[in-house]
Amino acid sequence: MALISALNPLLTTGWSRGDDGWRLADYEARGGYVQLRRLLNDKVSQDDLIAEVKKSVLRGRGGAGFPTGLKWSFMPRAFPGDKYVVCNSDEGEPGTFKDRDLMRFDPHSVIEGMIIAGYAMGAGRGYNYIHGEIFDIYERFEEALDEARSAGLLGQKILGSEFSFELFAHHGYGAYICGEETGLLESLEGKKGQPRYKPPFPASYGLYGKPTTINNTETFAAIPFILAIGGEKFLGMGKPNNGGTKLFSVSGHVNRPGNYEIPLGTPFSTLLDMAGGMRGGRKLKAVIPGGSSAPVLPAEIMMNTTMDYDSIAKAGSMLGSGAVIVMDETVCMVKALERLSYFYFEESCGQCTPCREGTGWLYRVVHRIEHGEGRPEDLDQLNRVTDNIMGRTICALGDAASLPVRSFINHFKSEFEYHIENKKCLIDPAVQRAGSGFFKMESA
Amino acid sequence: MSSTVNNLLSADALTRIERECAKYPVDQRQSAVMAALAIAQDELGWLAKDTIAAVAQILGMAPVAAYEVASFYNMYDLAPVGKFKITVCTNLPCALSGGVDAADYLKTKLGITFNETTADGKFTLKEGECLGACGDSPVMILNNKRMCSFMHPEQIDALLAECGHGKAGA
Ligand SMILES: Cc1cc2nc3c(=O)[nH]c(=O)nc-3n(C[C@H](O)[C@H](O)[C@H](O)COP(=O)(O)O)c2cc1C
Ligand code: SF4
Ligand code: FES
Repeated sequence: MALISALNPLLTTGWSRGDDGWRLADYEARGGYVQLRRLLNDKVSQDDLIAEVKKSVLRGRGGAGFPTGLKWSFMPRAFPGDKYVVCNSDEGEPGTFKDRDLMRFDPHSVIEGMIIAGYAMGAGRGYNYIHGEIFDIYERFEEALDEARSAGLLGQKILGSEFSFELFAHHGYGAYICGEETGLLESLEGKKGQPRYKPPFPASYGLYGKPTTINNTETFAAIPFILAIGGEKFLGMGKPNNGGTKLFSVSGHVNRPGNYEIPLGTPFSTLLDMAGGMRGGRKLKAVIPGGSSAPVLPAEIMMNTTMDYDSIAKAGSMLGSGAVIVMDETVCMVKALERLSYFYFEESCGQCTPCREGTGWLYRVVHRIEHGEGRPEDLDQLNRVTDNIMGRTICALGDAASLPVRSFINHFKSEFEYHIENKKCLIDPAVQRAGSGFFKMESA
Repeated sequence: MSSTVNNLLSADALTRIERECAKYPVDQRQSAVMAALAIAQDELGWLAKDTIAAVAQILGMAPVAAYEVASFYNMYDLAPVGKFKITVCTNLPCALSGGVDAADYLKTKLGITFNETTADGKFTLKEGECLGACGDSPVMILNNKRMCSFMHPEQIDALLAECGHGKAGA
């Protein structure tokens, strides 16, 4: 199990007992389902509930950072007939591994958050779409659902109230694109996970053509905690426009990779210290602060940045999913980009020509630079290809494939030029290999 | 229903597929196709065209629609694989902590490269994309279901030994 720690534990309070603290009884012992009971007992109005979520300035934890309360208010609550709440646990953005731990150590917080969302939006049914590669977590989530059903927390007339809500788990089977919310809906309908044109947005035409709200696992998990302390207090834990604490998955060249919960606005340097600092005491070279789709930033910029949506955007990247990929001086930036470009090429669903063809071009050109066959005009060509992709595709995967290319070239141009001129890496391959620490176990 | 279905899948598999169907509205049985294909693959080792057609029939969907699904998602095997399929993540976050080295180590030990199966039919090696477990790198999954974390040489040796690597017979 990856390491965990927190500066201001909120979402991770229940994680301290590891695999022994996830059951319903454990969750209830630490205050779980109290918020749901309160809403049902006091018959809190949907408007008041959504207002409280708005007050917290909780922003979606899946990547785009859209304000959750606002999203919930778009649902046509009065619309008669089926409405759905869908949880996006298809965590496949390279570097991200927080939703897995959330469902592993505290699945009931996700369940309670989804039931409350159903109540707020008048939805009677929910699905949690879980990444296919974490099958053991899917099984645990199903067990947690069984517990909730047996306790009357799910199903008809929950806890004797007038509110009914059914919730089920659905697993993926290996397609990154199903993390995109409309690709996910297609997949949930039993089809290829190819994203839909928007509009119409899921709030009007979602699962099975019915009004649907999709949120990330961490977004739902935050809801019971927000209601417990109040929206205002949650907002105050972070900074204006960036409410609350957030989980960051720190991977790469640190001593203690793992999930860390910190208030938004915490300096990157603090997060790096929490993760045990740089492996082998080596020098920080670059960080991808929000999952592989976010632009890379050089060490100097990161060390002066705080971890919140607005600051990272100002620094030229995105907070994204909160996946912090740390790279030290043993990394060849061309090789790093080559691997990411391969990923987007491999995972493009192929619906739009600019993305299908463009991701192939990006990969092939970066590949040939890395393999000593680059040409002087290649860097311009890479930028031109990204121009032809960005903004011309159905979903954001096209942009996600382009932003790394642009930022790697922008910040580390000399390394790409060195490759093209000298037909080899600036960083000695033996040094690169040593960086991974595979053959000698480096523990904290 | 027809004999194709009964011949290919066990009663247990059929029960489990029905349990999946019950999660969706009655007119949306197709939603269970991903789970049903996974159940069929677990039972038969891989998804032959007939198997996919049988699953489609159970769910009341066109065989071609089920085939599209089976070929879209990476974890379905449309050709036979070894008894043990190991999928190693080599994406960047993992590569920084030994994901590629772990894959190289496996290739050398098994004498195969990605998408190959050992001559004795025991092992197949696959390159995976992010498994959502980058903090545990190097990571790999065994037969789609079992996540193996922190796989350094010693742990890989142990996993292969557990699968009977180096022993004669299956
Ligand atoms: C290619 C692609 C992959 C995505 N993968 C995920 C994912 O794995 N998990 C997730 O929650 N959101 C993912 N998203 C974002 C979702 O489309 C959506 O914005 C999000 O689930 C909304 O939830 P939130 O508002 O709570 O953040 C992805 C988007 C794109 C374009
Ligand atoms: S941008 Fe790429 S992944 Fe997204 S719909 Fe188009 S082809 Fe598919
Ligand atoms: S990059 Fe390997 S599990 Fe995420």
